[in-house]
Amino acid sequence: MSNRRTFLKVAGFTVIGIAGRRLLSGVAEASVTATAPHRTGRRWAMVVDPRKCLKDQGCRKCIEACHSTHNVPAMPEPRHEVKWIWKEPFTKAFPDQEAEFIDETLTSQPVLVFCNHCDNPPCVKVCPTQATWRRDDGIVMMDWHRCIGCRYCVAGCPYGSRSFNWRDPRPFVPNVVESFPTRTKGVVEKCTFCEERLAEELPPACVAACPEKALTFGDLNDPGSEVRSLLRARFAVRRKPALGTHPAVYYLV
Amino acid sequence: MLYDGGKILTGLGVFLVAGLLPFWHNAVAGRGPKPEPKLATTETRCVEAKATMRASHMELLNRWRDEVVRRGVRTTAASDGRVFEMSLTKGCLKCHANKKDFCDACHTYLAVTPYCWDCHVQPKEAAS
Repeated sequence: MSNRRTFLKVAGFTVIGIAGRRLLSGVAEASVTATAPHRTGRRWAMVVDPRKCLKDQGCRKCIEACHSTHNVPAMPEPRHEVKWIWKEPFTKAFPDQEAEFIDETLTSQPVLVFCNHCDNPPCVKVCPTQATWRRDDGIVMMDWHRCIGCRYCVAGCPYGSRSFNWRDPRPFVPNVVESFPTRTKGVVEKCTFCEERLAEELPPACVAACPEKALTFGDLNDPGSEVRSLLRARFAVRRKPALGTHPAVYYLV
Repeated sequence: MLYDGGKILTGLGVFLVAGLLPFWHNAVAGRGPKPEPKLATTETRCVEAKATMRASHMELLNRWRDEVVRRGVRTTAASDGRVFEMSLTKGCLKCHANKKDFCDACHTYLAVTPYCWDCHVQPKEAAS
């Protein structure tokens, strides 16, 4: 009788001890990461106004600004194409948009698209090396040092936002900017919401380059921010909402 | 005493001559000139002391890389309190502007090929 009693006591304390240690180590880990400066309480997002964007349909200023800032190569062959921001036909950008008779000025023209910096990014889930991850401010970031070129993320992204470097991109960068790295063959790249410019309190390059102010960048967690007031004032859609990725890029209707 | 002693000893002799040829070569011809990395700067001190930088600059660079890319921390304090921006192109290259005369001097001597410059852009002066 007393034997069983002691056994249960010892077993009970052992379980509590192990659980307690797990809990404590979890707390210790959390306190370390809490000092990371990404924890700003911000949630970066972009609001695109397609009607403003369509005013000059030949305009490529945002694309050129982005691609020249980040040494994005202009590959001669379409199958090697590398792109961070580009224009996509309306039906491809919004394939599940089933409402008929929408204003043709919107549906007949291409839509400006780039990485959606999803709340629930499938590319992050599939990356085997954590070369891509979601920062606390919502940016889906890439560590090109760590990318092994498996292209799971390219397959995982439902928006085609990721490009793979099939060839050495350096010879195809028109004007190499020294302050930003290029990539190598075998590395995936995509829009980073200009993380390096945000660190200097600058807006993303595309936002700064747009002559029509069709792109608005800001903090979704700040109720007084410009993006929030735009989303309050007008109805907005996101791409492929049924997938549950919760993009941070909104398109005003 | 030793079966096939002649063959074994001849084989060992051949190995000592052929296998250790690089050592014999150095013993006869001398070691060749030591690398002399050249530096054009008025700065007297790098981020850490010269010996530390020489021995473990690669570890410092790896740490900087992870801090900037993965944690978003962009500045660091050296052991003597001076603050640096953790950037290869905006930091290190201010002084170490000439890759060919500085980085390559030792790296070529030691036959190591770091892949920094596969992506990071080396300054124009050294590119020629």
